[in-house]
Amino acid sequence: MKITLKVWRQKNAQSEGKFETYPAHDISPDMSFLEMLDVVNERLIEKNEEPFAFDHDCREGICGSCSLYINGRAHGPKKGVTACQLHMRSFDDGETIHVEPWRAKPFPVIKDLIVDRTAFDRIMESGGFVSVKTGSAPDGNAILIPHDDAEMAIDAASCIGCGAWVAACKNASAMLFVSAKVSQFTLLPQGHPERETRVLDMVAQMDKEGFGSCTNTGACEAECPKEISISNIARLNREFIRANVR
Amino acid sequence: MELQSKIPAGKLADKWTDYKAHIKLINPANRRKYEVIVVGTGLAGGSAAASLAEMGYKVKAFCFQDSPRRAHSIAAQGGINAAKNYQNDGDSIYRLFYDTIKGGDYRAREGNVYRLAELSVNIIDQCVAQGVPFAREYSGYLDNRSFGGAQVSRTFYSRGQTGQQLLLGAYSSMAKQMGLGNIQMYSRYEMLDLVIINGKARGIIARNMVTGTIERFLADAVLLSTGGYGNVYYLSTNAKGSNVTAAWRAHKRGALFGNPCYVQIHPTCIPVSGDHQSKLTLMSESLRNDGRVWVPKNPGDTRAPQSIPEDERDYFLERKYPSFGNLVPRDVASRNAKAVCDEGKGVGSSKLAVYLDFADSIKRLGKDKIAEKYGNLFDMYKQITAENPYEMPMRIYPAVHYTMGGLWVDYNLMSNINGLFVLGEANFSDHGANRLGASALMQGLADGYFVIPYTLGAYLAEGGFDKVTIDHDEFKRVESEVRGRVDKLLSIKGEHSVDHYHKKLGKVMWDYVGMSRNADGLKFAIEEIKKIRDQFWQDVRVSGDPAGLNQSLEKAGRVADFLELGELMAEDALHRNESCGGHFREEYQTEEGEALRDDDNYAYVGAWEYKGENNGYQMHKEPLVFEEVSPSKRSYK
Repeated sequence: MKITLKVWRQKNAQSEGKFETYPAHDISPDMSFLEMLDVVNERLIEKNEEPFAFDHDCREGICGSCSLYINGRAHGPKKGVTACQLHMRSFDDGETIHVEPWRAKPFPVIKDLIVDRTAFDRIMESGGFVSVKTGSAPDGNAILIPHDDAEMAIDAASCIGCGAWVAACKNASAMLFVSAKVSQFTLLPQGHPERETRVLDMVAQMDKEGFGSCTNTGACEAECPKEISISNIARLNREFIRANVR
Repeated sequence: MELQSKIPAGKLADKWTDYKAHIKLINPANRRKYEVIVVGTGLAGGSAAASLAEMGYKVKAFCFQDSPRRAHSIAAQGGINAAKNYQNDGDSIYRLFYDTIKGGDYRAREGNVYRLAELSVNIIDQCVAQGVPFAREYSGYLDNRSFGGAQVSRTFYSRGQTGQQLLLGAYSSMAKQMGLGNIQMYSRYEMLDLVIINGKARGIIARNMVTGTIERFLADAVLLSTGGYGNVYYLSTNAKGSNVTAAWRAHKRGALFGNPCYVQIHPTCIPVSGDHQSKLTLMSESLRNDGRVWVPKNPGDTRAPQSIPEDERDYFLERKYPSFGNLVPRDVASRNAKAVCDEGKGVGSSKLAVYLDFADSIKRLGKDKIAEKYGNLFDMYKQITAENPYEMPMRIYPAVHYTMGGLWVDYNLMSNINGLFVLGEANFSDHGANRLGASALMQGLADGYFVIPYTLGAYLAEGGFDKVTIDHDEFKRVESEVRGRVDKLLSIKGEHSVDHYHKKLGKVMWDYVGMSRNADGLKFAIEEIKKIRDQFWQDVRVSGDPAGLNQSLEKAGRVADFLELGELMAEDALHRNESCGGHFREEYQTEEGEALRDDDNYAYVGAWEYKGENNGYQMHKEPLVFEEVSPSKRSYK
C-alpha cells in the first residue's frame, strides 16, 4: 500500500504546531496503525530527521496509552478498537491520513501527538475508589453479588481511560469516564458507604479540571474503543441528583 | 559471598506466622518519618505503594507511563489463583504450594512458595472488597476456572481482563493515598540509577521524561517493582516500554541477578505476520479450558482446517498427556508446539502455528456461553488476523511472555543490597524455572499487599540510618555518571537506529537462547551479542536532544541494557547443564523429549554478580533445600 501521512508536529506545550506531510510506500495491510507509524519513523531516522512522538505501550488495546485522532476520529475509522488494534487493511491504498493528538483544553499537548492526561488521575484521587485498607477485608464470598450486576459492573469497569470520548465530544466532556467509575461502584455493594461523597467529589473535580458537560449527542459512546454505554451517564446523573437531595 | 535466604526456621506451614509474630515493628506515629521509593506501579508496585501509604509511610512512586493505571499488569488476561477451595474439589494451601513447586520444576524455594500459597486467599478477599468485579455464578458466589498444571479449579477471573481489573483496584487504592498526599506520584519518570550510601540503598536518579531533567530522590528504602525483561527478545507479549533498566542498573551497583536464563515462552500467542511486527499478542491460557490444540497428521497438509477429517488430526497434547490434556503447563505446551512444527506439521502461511479449535465447545456449550467467557479475546483475535475464531480455529504459536529470573532476593524480598527490595516479576523468587498460569498476578499482589508491609517495617526498625541529603557526594557521583551515559548515547550520531540493534539482538536471543538451547548455539550467541553491543556503541543513531521528551533516547538507554543482559542470560543458560522448566537444553532430554533435570548438580539458584567493566560476572550458588516435597520427575502424562 501507498499512503500519505499528515502528522501533527509540535515541539512542546508552548510552541505552535502544524501538520507535516510524510509519504509512505510499501505499507503492508497486515500492519497495525502503530506499526505503520514505526516504519515511517524509522525512515525519518534514516534521513536524519527527528521521528514524531506518540504514546503507546501494550499494543493490545488495554493500557489506554494510545491517543491518536485519525482522520477526524478518535482511534480512527473502526468501531470498538484502539489505534493499536487498527490495521492498515482498514484504509484504502493511496489514502491521505491525518493524525492529530487529542484536542481538549484539559489535555495540553506535551509534544507532537502526546497529550497530558493527568487530569484523570486527579479525578480518580477525588473519589474513584472504595476505601478499604489492606488486610481489613472479609471473605470474598461473604459479599454476594448477583451475576447480572457483576456483569454490568465489568462492562463499566472495562474503561481504559484513554480519553477518546473527551476528544470526540464537542464539549470535551469527561462524563463517560466518570460515569463508568461511578457506575461500577454503584452497581456493586462494596461501594455503597461512599456512594454520595464519591459522585459529588468526582463531578466537582471533573468541573474543576475544565471538562465540559454532557451534550447528549452520544459521540463518546460511538467513539469509545471499549464501547462503554452512555447509559452510565444517565446513572451518573441519577446518582448526582440523589446525592444532592439527601 | 554467601547467600542467606533467611527462610525462618520451623515447620513450613508455621514459618510466616512465626515470622510475623516476632519481627520488630515501627510505631504508627513514627512511620511518617520514613520515606520509601517505589519504582514501577503495576500489581506489585501499586499494591505496595498503596499499602505502605495506608500504614503511614511517606511514599514516592515512579512510573514511565503517563499514569500508574497503565502498567503492563493491565494486560494480564486469564486470572489469578487462590487456594480458596470454593469448588470443593480438593484444593488447599498445600496443594497450591505443591503445584507451584512442581510447576516450577523444583527450582524455587519452598518457604517463599508456601507463603505465596497462604497469602493467595487474602488477595481475593482484598480485591473483592476494593470492588474488583470478579465473575460470579448466578447464586452471587465467586466463579472459578482451571489453568494449566493444576487439576482443580482455583482461578478467579474477570472475563479475559483480570489483570486490568486487579490493577485498577490497586490503582484506585493508590489514588486515594495520592489524594491524601501520602503518595507523591512521579508519572513519566524513568529510574536510571540507584544510589547506595554506606551500604544502604538510599535513593535513585531518575529522568523526567517530559522535561529531560535528571533528578535525585532520597529515601530510607528503595522498592523495585519494575517487571520482567522479556523485551530482550524484541518480540514478546510485553508492552513496548517494558524494560530491564532499573533492575540492571541496580545489578551493576552490586545486586545479584538470579537465574536469568529462566524465561517463559507462552504457548498461545498470535503468530508473527511479517517483518514489521512490533510485538506479539497473547491469547489467554484460559482458552485451553475449552479449546483443543491440534495439527494435521500429515506434514504439508494445506487443506482448510474444517475439511480435515477427525482421524487425520493429531490432538498432540491430549494424545501425549492424557491426564492433563490441553492444560499441561506452558513450557510443555510450547515445546510440543515447536516440535510438531519442526516436523513440518505447522499450519498457516508461515507453517509456524498450530490450531486452537473451539468447534467442540461451541457445539457443547453454545456460542453465547463461549462469548461470555472469552468474548474479548475472540474479538481481539479477529481484529488482528481478520479471521473469525467462532468459525475457524485460531492459529497460535509460542512467544516470550514472562521471565522467572530476576534480581536475587531473600525471604524478606530484600536483595543483597541493604534496603533494596524487589517485588513481583522483577525478582526471581517464587516460580522456579517455569511459572504456572494465573500465578503472576498472585505473586505481584502477595508481594505488595501482604509481604512488604511486614518485611520493610522489620528492616526499617533495625535503624542505623545516617542523616543524608541529596547533596551527598554519592548522589552527585551517580548523577554525573548518568549524565555521561545520556550524553554519550546522543553523541555517537551513527548510521543505524536503536530499533535496528534491538531487532538484531532479539533474533540472536530467539534463535539461540529461546525455546531450546544448546552449548554451541549459546557460545555463538555470546560472541554475537558482544559484537552487536560494540557496533551499537559505535554506530547507533539517537535523534533529538537531551532536553524535552525524546523517545529515541529512552529506547536507546533500555536497549543498551538489554545488550548486556542478553549476554548474561546466555552465560547462565550455558552453565546450567540440565533442562528444567523453561530452560530446555537439547543435550539434556529424555527419550520422549521431556526435560531432564540434574538435581545432584543443579538444584541451586544461580545468582550472578557483576564484577565491573570487562571483568565479566561471577556466579554464587544458593542451594535449594527441599524439606517438604521430594523433587521427582515432573510428569503430566
